[in-house]
Amino acid sequence: MLAYLIRRLFAAAVMLVVIIMVVFGIFFLVPKWAGVDIASSFVGKQADPAAVEAVRQKLGLSDPIYSQVWEFFKGIFTGRTYSGGGDVTHCSAPCFGYSFRSEQAIWPVLTDRFPVTLALALGAALLWLLFGLAAGVLSALKRGSFWDRGAMVVALAGVSLPVYFTGMIALAVFAFGLDWLDAQYVPLADSFTGWLGGLILPWITLAFLYAAMYARITRATMLEILGEDYIRTARAKGLREPVVIRKHAMRSTLTPILTMLGMDLGALIGGAILTESTFNLPGLGQAVLNAIKTQDLPVILGVTLITSLAVLIANLVVDVLYAVIDPRVRLA
Amino acid sequence: MTELSKSGAAVGEPTVASPAPSAFLEVRDLKVHFPTDDGLVKSVDGLTFQLEKGKTLGIVGESGSGKSVTSLGIMGLHTAGQYGKRKARISGEIWLDGTELLSADPDHVRKLRGRQMAMIFQDPLSALHPYYTIGQQIVEAYRIHHDVDKKTAKRRAVEMLDRVGIPQPDKRVDNYPHEFSGGMRQRAMIAMSLVNNPELLIADEPTTALDVTVQAQILDLIRDLQKEFGSAVIIITHDLGVVAELADDLLVMYGGRCVERGPAEKVFYEPRHPYTWGLLGSMPRLDRDQQERLIPVKGSPPSLINVPSGCAFNPRCPYADVPKDNVTRTVRPELTEVGSKHWAACHMSQEQRERIWTEEIAPKL
Repeated sequence: MLAYLIRRLFAAAVMLVVIIMVVFGIFFLVPKWAGVDIASSFVGKQADPAAVEAVRQKLGLSDPIYSQVWEFFKGIFTGRTYSGGGDVTHCSAPCFGYSFRSEQAIWPVLTDRFPVTLALALGAALLWLLFGLAAGVLSALKRGSFWDRGAMVVALAGVSLPVYFTGMIALAVFAFGLDWLDAQYVPLADSFTGWLGGLILPWITLAFLYAAMYARITRATMLEILGEDYIRTARAKGLREPVVIRKHAMRSTLTPILTMLGMDLGALIGGAILTESTFNLPGLGQAVLNAIKTQDLPVILGVTLITSLAVLIANLVVDVLYAVIDPRVRLA
Repeated sequence: MTELSKSGAAVGEPTVASPAPSAFLEVRDLKVHFPTDDGLVKSVDGLTFQLEKGKTLGIVGESGSGKSVTSLGIMGLHTAGQYGKRKARISGEIWLDGTELLSADPDHVRKLRGRQMAMIFQDPLSALHPYYTIGQQIVEAYRIHHDVDKKTAKRRAVEMLDRVGIPQPDKRVDNYPHEFSGGMRQRAMIAMSLVNNPELLIADEPTTALDVTVQAQILDLIRDLQKEFGSAVIIITHDLGVVAELADDLLVMYGGRCVERGPAEKVFYEPRHPYTWGLLGSMPRLDRDQQERLIPVKGSPPSLINVPSGCAFNPRCPYADVPKDNVTRTVRPELTEVGSKHWAACHMSQEQRERIWTEEIAPKL
């Protein structure tokens, strides 16, 4: 188990370095090949050549790519000072780059917005796991019943309806129509109830989509597992049926669910753009959306790296949990 | 048509409890039918047999003849936890030690499962839960029926693993099924089914998934354990070689029905049904000249949905055209006594069959 853990951690670290290099390469090499001058894109379209040259100097864009990657790496740990071409800008460690458009370092932006997205993703995940698994298991055990059909119709609706549609309806009904909730995000530090009130609709909206998918997968997996020989063995031992389900069938059903959860959580932490936009949540998704609109490359780069890190960590956690559940994985 | 409606009506009728039999296990007119979209599948259609403690019954037949369905029926596993599926229709009587199982409370039958009757399955890898250690699974089986703490149960598990010949049982008990070899897994499975000293052990093709070298070991083990515990054993197999050494009685199934039943040596040396001849003829033997071909049973097993009226074996029977006296072909042959405790269901007269066996079949085997 320990050897497995160390192996996974090592693989994740290597992966992270590779990701940074690839992402950096894409963001700085591809425009070069495409004949687009990054420096002028930072300054603006009608900039005078002197200003463009100044920016190029300041960001070190004329340096070879490996030294740019190295500067970026170093900046994460030691901070970085952009100098040359006149004025001096300091970006303290950990420096994930500096946005010259909004005149701020990327890292504080990320730390500001990350908790919002994390809260959104984790809260929704809790809800969708609870309802998705429950609905899926019940549907499987009552296959073909009225309940099963009803639940699967609702699940189909959940999968097909986009978040901005269900979100709008939720907002219209609960926030504006019934006036139960305030459709305004409040930081946790300011007010717990306000924070909760602002997140409840996004949670439910996001969870509805995922609960629907999880219910369908859970149902299908459960039905498959119930046909396994070892379930018959469990019954042949004289186990009570509820124990057969809980102890023998559920544990096997969880494995594929866990795999999905790792990927979904990782992707969501990178920014639930639609949900955040619908509910005006100041999360990573909104930050990156704004950055795309303004072509703020350093922000996009920073968020991309954070997202990959999130996916990496989520998958690492899933891999470890996987090994806890399935002893056969520990050998691999 | 009359045949269909007749047997159709018999299923589903409430079983009239007849007096409890003297045999330890007695199955009377057991029928297990499965409703499907294509029609009613009559997997087992009227099966009767008895089994005493300390004796071994071999049930032989090809795939789809109803062997496994019979064993699952005895264990009550057609009705336990079948979610939303169309329920199997089961009728007849299954008496186990004075209790009729089909009309008994399901929870009572559940308590008998694993304690009074236990089962060994064909493929021990898929029949053991991959996520639990061998020890955990045996401990669970023991603690369902015994109110003991985990430590005591684990000692018992180690003891059972030792008993079935697993080396270093105190270490292997913490292994997972995938860390065991095929033969070891089946030993562990046997240890698990015997942990509660069941009086009836059903082994459903216990050696089919194993190497030939391991098969004999497992069969020896089952025989030794039976001697030790005095259980009644049912061995289900399609391999006559498996039961030849082990079984006291043999029951040959074809198309969901018994076609021949009797003491093992009788069925082996004086078989009175053409299907049994076919089974014997398709068994490879070392002492036979290699130039001689095996004699297979031609054709394929009958559909269990539209069972032909008359003898189910008729379409594949090499002696279907032998002239028979006073026989209506559309009537199904019933089991008739052909010797002491030896029954067979065939339209040919006993003299005809005796003559065919001694003159045509036996010399070729």
